Amino acid sequence: MKYKVIFFKLFIHIAALLPLVNAYYLALTDQLGADPVESIIHFTGIGAFNLLLLGLAITPVSKHFKLSMLLKVRRLVGLYSFTYALCHLLNFLVFEIQFDWSLFLNEIIDRPYITVGMVGLLILLALAITSIPSLKKRMGKNWQKLHNWVYFAVLLAGIHFYWSVKSEIIEPGIYLFITFMLLALRFKKFKKKIKKD
Amino acid sequence: MLIKSSKQSDLKEHQVTDESVYLQRRELIKKMGFVGAGALLTSAIPSVANAKGIDFFSSKPEKTFQSHALNFTADSSKNSEILTPEAKVTSHNNFYEFGTSKSDPVKNSQGFNVKPWQLKISGECDNPYTLDLDDLTKSFALEERIYRLRCVEAWSMVIPWVGFELAKLLQKAQPNSRAKYVAFETLHDPEQMPGQASRRIGGGIDYPYVEGLRIDEAMNPLALMSVGLYGKTLPAQNGAPIRLVVPWKYGFKSIKSIVAIKFTQRRPTSTWNVLAPSEYGFYANVNPEVDHPRWSQASERRITSGGLFARNRIDTLPFNGYGEEVADMYSNLDLRKNF
Repeated sequence: MKYKVIFFKLFIHIAALLPLVNAYYLALTDQLGADPVESIIHFTGIGAFNLLLLGLAITPVSKHFKLSMLLKVRRLVGLYSFTYALCHLLNFLVFEIQFDWSLFLNEIIDRPYITVGMVGLLILLALAITSIPSLKKRMGKNWQKLHNWVYFAVLLAGIHFYWSVKSEIIEPGIYLFITFMLLALRFKKFKKKIKKD
Repeated sequence: MLIKSSKQSDLKEHQVTDESVYLQRRELIKKMGFVGAGALLTSAIPSVANAKGIDFFSSKPEKTFQSHALNFTADSSKNSEILTPEAKVTSHNNFYEFGTSKSDPVKNSQGFNVKPWQLKISGECDNPYTLDLDDLTKSFALEERIYRLRCVEAWSMVIPWVGFELAKLLQKAQPNSRAKYVAFETLHDPEQMPGQASRRIGGGIDYPYVEGLRIDEAMNPLALMSVGLYGKTLPAQNGAPIRLVVPWKYGFKSIKSIVAIKFTQRRPTSTWNVLAPSEYGFYANVNPEVDHPRWSQASERRITSGGLFARNRIDTLPFNGYGEEVADMYSNLDLRKNF
């Protein structure tokens, strides 16, 4: 069992890192499409969203198929989602607007789709920091409370994607649909929560 | 008077194979050849092209759209800006008829057949006429124009177009006094343009793509009908066989693969304006002062060569730097309202 988990984690590290390193290599050497900046922004953005959805699928899948091993890699998948999302933002700051800080702040405030994405990323940041085991222990019950915010973050990611496109809404529409499906699986949890409050 | 004596052996008009049918036959044979050769290639050589890193992003198309060299007079203006490399100009396209991703058009348009092509010039004019494919490159003297192209998405290129002034094409039709605007229309052919056949591929916009200019804008010497770039006829993904280039306006005004030009009395519709009137105006003049809801228009990224660290963000100029030639046309217009 233990070795299985280690191999599984190793597989996730490779599956998440290899494409990322490869994409940056191609983009740095001007081989990632005609506009490597746009390509790398899209690649890391979609990657973050994919990993977030994958992370959210782990609990229901492991429950349904009684694969408790899956739960052991949930944190890792979540952290890679955050890594991709952070790269996504840094790509925007460093390569797209090239450290024009006033433009950076204006864009976050003026463009609703960027505001929404930024809030989502800040939530993921909080979750990533508190994923450190010693912090998790110290937070006790509050940890779960905080980490329930992931449901809000994934919704923001969906809106961010949907709002960012000009007219080609089908792909972001599919992403939103999957998001709602994954949230619907938590319906009981949400109901309980609302009753309690 | 023409007196025609027909012999028994002469073909009657209705017996002659229609040109389009004849061309289809050649296309069919070509396709069969491509399928055969393509199957061999794809099965025998597993991605030799990907020697450097793993390239998840590009797939080489099996067929290539044919371009040929043009005769033209070179651009004599002293434009010292660095040209966007040809490979980038021809692989980074917003041409939703062939897919919404920038890299889709080059992949999906290589089988595009421009034969036969007809460009009809009609509407409020005394001499409506039609140009066939050959006429497009032969009716008017061709010249090179190196223009900046500014996309509404805040990136830009510098492209050596080959073409002729739109005004020449329009004047030949002798527009009458009711001609206040000029309307343009792209080919509608869902069989050839997958984006027109599927709303998923075509980004959910209504086709055919249409655009329009005020008559004085259309007659401005900067407005170009382009039939080529980098000295050769236009690649399919850049709007073969003929497209508009209006360098002081955002790129979406420069409509591609045009089949109809019409003089009109009323302001014509334009595709993006209909889709999102609050985002894309009819005028769409490049204006750093007026932001698009999704992009600041104050600056832009100039696409030349270099990877991620190409420091290519530059200030956007009013009218994309062509104010001297065009600003007069808008002196009575509030450009914030008429964006």
